[in-house]
Amino acid sequence: MKQAVAISGLHKTYRNGMEALKGIDLTVSEGDFFALLGPNGAGKSTAIGIISSLVRKTAGSVHLFGHDLDREPGLVKSLLGVVPQEFNFNMFEPVVEIIVNQAGFYGIPRREAYARAAQVLNLLGLWDKRKGMARELSGGMKRRLMIARALIHKPRLLILDEPTAGVDIEIRHATWEFIREINRQGTTIILTTHYLEEAESLCRNIAIIDHGKIIEHAPMSELLQRVNKETFVLYTHGDLDRLRDIPDCDVRRLDDSTLEVDIDRNQNMNGMFARLQRCGIEVLSLRNKSNRLEQLFLDLLAHKPR
Amino acid sequence: MLRGNLIALQTIVVKEVLRFSRIWVQTILPPAITMALYFIIFGNLIGSQIAAMDGFSYMDYIVPGIILMSVITNSYANVVSSFYGAKFQRHVEELLVSPTPNYIILVGFVIGGTVRGLVVGSVVTAVSLAFTDINVHHLGVLLATVLITAIIFSIAGLINAVYANSFDDISIIPTFVLTPLTYLGGVFYTIKMLPEFWQQASLLNPILYLVNAMRYGMLGISDINLAWSFMLMGGFVIVLGTFALVLLEKGVGIKS
Repeated sequence: MKQAVAISGLHKTYRNGMEALKGIDLTVSEGDFFALLGPNGAGKSTAIGIISSLVRKTAGSVHLFGHDLDREPGLVKSLLGVVPQEFNFNMFEPVVEIIVNQAGFYGIPRREAYARAAQVLNLLGLWDKRKGMARELSGGMKRRLMIARALIHKPRLLILDEPTAGVDIEIRHATWEFIREINRQGTTIILTTHYLEEAESLCRNIAIIDHGKIIEHAPMSELLQRVNKETFVLYTHGDLDRLRDIPDCDVRRLDDSTLEVDIDRNQNMNGMFARLQRCGIEVLSLRNKSNRLEQLFLDLLAHKPR
Repeated sequence: MLRGNLIALQTIVVKEVLRFSRIWVQTILPPAITMALYFIIFGNLIGSQIAAMDGFSYMDYIVPGIILMSVITNSYANVVSSFYGAKFQRHVEELLVSPTPNYIILVGFVIGGTVRGLVVGSVVTAVSLAFTDINVHHLGVLLATVLITAIIFSIAGLINAVYANSFDDISIIPTFVLTPLTYLGGVFYTIKMLPEFWQQASLLNPILYLVNAMRYGMLGISDINLAWSFMLMGGFVIVLGTFALVLLEKGVGIKS
């Protein structure tokens, strides 16, 4: 499969001496839905900033769809759409003007730009707000406006930096569905997010960056197989004082009716349920305490040498 | 590619012109009122007590400088506030992530500033008609001077905005550099009135050359050789334009 993104030996040292990227290598295949994760300050935004020409690199190379960002900046930029983490549009401009102007910056004639704006604003549920000033939009609408703006020139690669930060559950799920559809239509997507269930649900491949280095780069499924322990919360009925040790399970009592159990991924849970039943404790319901990717993410950050 | 760049240029220009047109009460009206006050106080009230200058009434003498002063101030203010505003709100990133080349960004903002300078200059000219008749000695010199002046100060405004880190930084140059140079640039007097030393010192003030070219275009008189004035103007456009382009290419103030 062709590479949408090929980053090699990317270094960034800021003027204050802070080394944000320490020679990262990264590839993203065409058509992929790719998660770039890492804790705050890990270097994600710097890497995205360099790809989108907002940050100057110290060393290394960036190729998009085989084109060198240094040699063909205009072409490379035309292949890329960026949804940044922070709102970066003119709050005092009408919504439709923001979209049409962005199209103009990509060389799209005004008449065609209005037609495309109508299409993306309708898709993202912003058509009714097109004449209003951007500052009048709600937080969720502003996020959708940035997605609409990034899509106006039909990019082959879309970078979404925290696209659902601060939006309610309903809009988050609608946004997921929308970007899934964009990806199905062939657009390569790179997603950064702090909601790891978002990355687990959407992305096929993942890279984890920490302290300016890629510490993991693998298919999501392969990575999740490495999670060897899961934590469940059990809601019970019965006297928990009668609970005895359960072999191969680490059980903690949270309150008079709730237990937290760490259990190996390959372990059969029937034994645990039988043991609880013998103690006169019924399990009414249970849930996963943390999602698998979150567990793995924390494990990786805790155990990788820095 | 060329067509795409022309569309990008058109987009920036339309955006810039719409920006200052939407807030015309803040951008067009105040200079018209301020300059009307200059005409009333300096031209009518004080000017009537002053003898003819180079054969013209004091009101006629100050009209070219006052029109040019409004062009200088407004072309500068338009670009410095617009570009710094785009930096401050981070929507300059809309341009930086796009394939729009830096020279198109520069030209687009400069055209925006130039248009505002010319619009305000035209309004002030119209206001001056309420106080005196407009003389046109050489239309070509007059139009070229106004146009090149607006371009120079639009570029200068962009350079100021690139370096600015706060709203204070965009008012320092206009307050402490531009205004004194303009007032001492022969708008209200001829340098022949000054002692020899200050006449020579005034020659270091670039605005003197612009004001005198404008005065030549309108009245046919000048303290400065016209060729020197146009050479200076051309030099400023080339030097400042190149400098601004280098700043944009390097991403000074806009890329980390």
